[in-house]
Amino acid sequence: MLRIEGIDAYHGRAQALHGVSLEARPGEILCIMGRNGAGKTTLLKAVMGLVAVPAGRIRLGEVTLSDLPAHEVPRHGIGYVPQGRRLFAELTVAENLAIGLMTRGHGAATRERVLTLFPRLRERLDQRAGTLSGGEQQMLAVGRALCLEPSVLLLDEPTEGLQPSMIGLIQDVARQMRAQGVAVVLVEQRLEAVLALADRVAFLETGRLRSVIPAEALRERPDLAATYAGVG
Amino acid sequence: MDFGPHLMLAAIEGAVAAAVLALTALGLSLVFGVMRVVNVAHGEFFMLGAVLAWAVAHLVPGPAWAGYLAALVLAPLLVGLLAAAADWVVLKRVQYDPERTIVATIGLLYILQQATLMAYGPEARPVAAPFDARIALPWPEWGPEGLVLTWPWGLGTTAWKLVVIAAAALLVALVFVLVQRSRAGLVMRATQFDRETAQAFGIPVARVFALTFALGAALAAIGGVLVVPIQQAHYLMGGDPLLLSFIVVIIGGLGSLRGTVVAAILIGMSDGIVSVFFSPTLAKILATLLVAFVLIFRPQGLYGTRAA
Ligand SMILES: Nc1ncnc2c1ncn2[C@@H]1O[C@H](COP(=O)(O)OP(=O)(O)O)[C@@H](O)[C@H]1O
Ligand SMILES: [Mg+2]
Repeated sequence: MLRIEGIDAYHGRAQALHGVSLEARPGEILCIMGRNGAGKTTLLKAVMGLVAVPAGRIRLGEVTLSDLPAHEVPRHGIGYVPQGRRLFAELTVAENLAIGLMTRGHGAATRERVLTLFPRLRERLDQRAGTLSGGEQQMLAVGRALCLEPSVLLLDEPTEGLQPSMIGLIQDVARQMRAQGVAVVLVEQRLEAVLALADRVAFLETGRLRSVIPAEALRERPDLAATYAGVG
Repeated sequence: MDFGPHLMLAAIEGAVAAAVLALTALGLSLVFGVMRVVNVAHGEFFMLGAVLAWAVAHLVPGPAWAGYLAALVLAPLLVGLLAAAADWVVLKRVQYDPERTIVATIGLLYILQQATLMAYGPEARPVAAPFDARIALPWPEWGPEGLVLTWPWGLGTTAWKLVVIAAAALLVALVFVLVQRSRAGLVMRATQFDRETAQAFGIPVARVFALTFALGAALAAIGGVLVVPIQQAHYLMGGDPLLLSFIVVIIGGLGSLRGTVVAAILIGMSDGIVSVFFSPTLAKILATLLVAFVLIFRPQGLYGTRAA
């Protein structure tokens, strides 16, 4: 279980997170909603050690992730799909996957599983990532994260700007990961996507956690999204 | 001697210059590409390679070739270690901020230069080549009986110069294999492209930077070791390689290894040939003019992908 315990985070001198506490449980999809600039991306980056956490801590089981240098965080099984994909655009598809496989995972077997999940990537292994279509790039971004055999998967607006068919595919993968016991944390702006996937929903507003509610509560009263985070 | 054979001699000088320049500039290009650090002290690593070659060659007993071989291994290794230490205590401290690293490496330049002056002195000292053979070169000529080879008097070179060219070509090929084909190279390229995301996938960026800086410095140092039998070791000898490496990296396209090698051959050959026929100063003036033209008309360089 991933536990975020009262963390603050800053960009320069501007405080982006104020005492946020949240946990992500194995086998569930936790959605994070909030307006642009609410601190959703900062929260995921804090977990990855990419922004410093001067107060509070982040733990995964017995390991205090917030004490580790950033490059050691993924070794504990945290897969990250950054906002905007952030592929290594000048590297090939195969090389992007190889980067994911380096840290963890089980080499050929893991790679095979990822390519079975995204057969389109197998056809384009030697193509530069930057030349893929938007949907294929997102598959690669997710595939690269799955190469770490994560027990926690962080997805930052993975369906932003994608066609409906692609959105469905990415959502299916999120569900499959949940079924395999992965703790999925999904930053998502669109209410219908959240309603389709979430087990619990957390609302962020200007760096503060407003509320965490079960998804059923949001399905019954979708207006809560507007109430808590001004979205939806 | 006729013009043809004379040009051939000049071309050999040019090829030696190009070979050493390719190594030195490749180091600068690698460091800039991966770390976005403009290393103003790069020429000092070249100089240290030559000076350490002298020191090692004098400390190792036995025949000249033994000392030289030891220097070929030890000098780049020591310079690489020194560079890794400089990365750790200086560049990392200023967080690789582009402006501050320029100032920091200027400081490093003077520290290395003055420390060498104090420890080694102001003299230029020769290091013997591991072997001392001259090779007479044939000149092909069309006569009444077809192609004949003549051996014009004075057309020859030292075997060492040919070794320098071959060794540099081999090392350049090795660097390409390392960067393009190896796991370490993959890590370097990923770091170059997006260091934050690289960290999110477990790449220890700080270590990659230290190793890249060491590798870049070691390449310059090998250049220094290779030229020291031709050009004596002196504490100020890092200036020209630094200038020419910058010229090469800008003409080739910042961060492009292929462009760096192509530009090194271009600049090295013209530097060698113009130096033989006219003067080394004119050669530097021409190279600097060429850079000005490249910056005006093709700022991304020959192989660069985006405007610098
Ligand atoms: N690299 C950065 N430098 C400075 N401020 C930043 C940076 N990234 C984000 N911020 C600021 O931090 C706040 C939270 O941003 P972010 O976490 O990206 O929000 P979200 O992902 O919810 O849209 C915003 O006010 C944003 O302007
Ligand atoms: Mg965001």
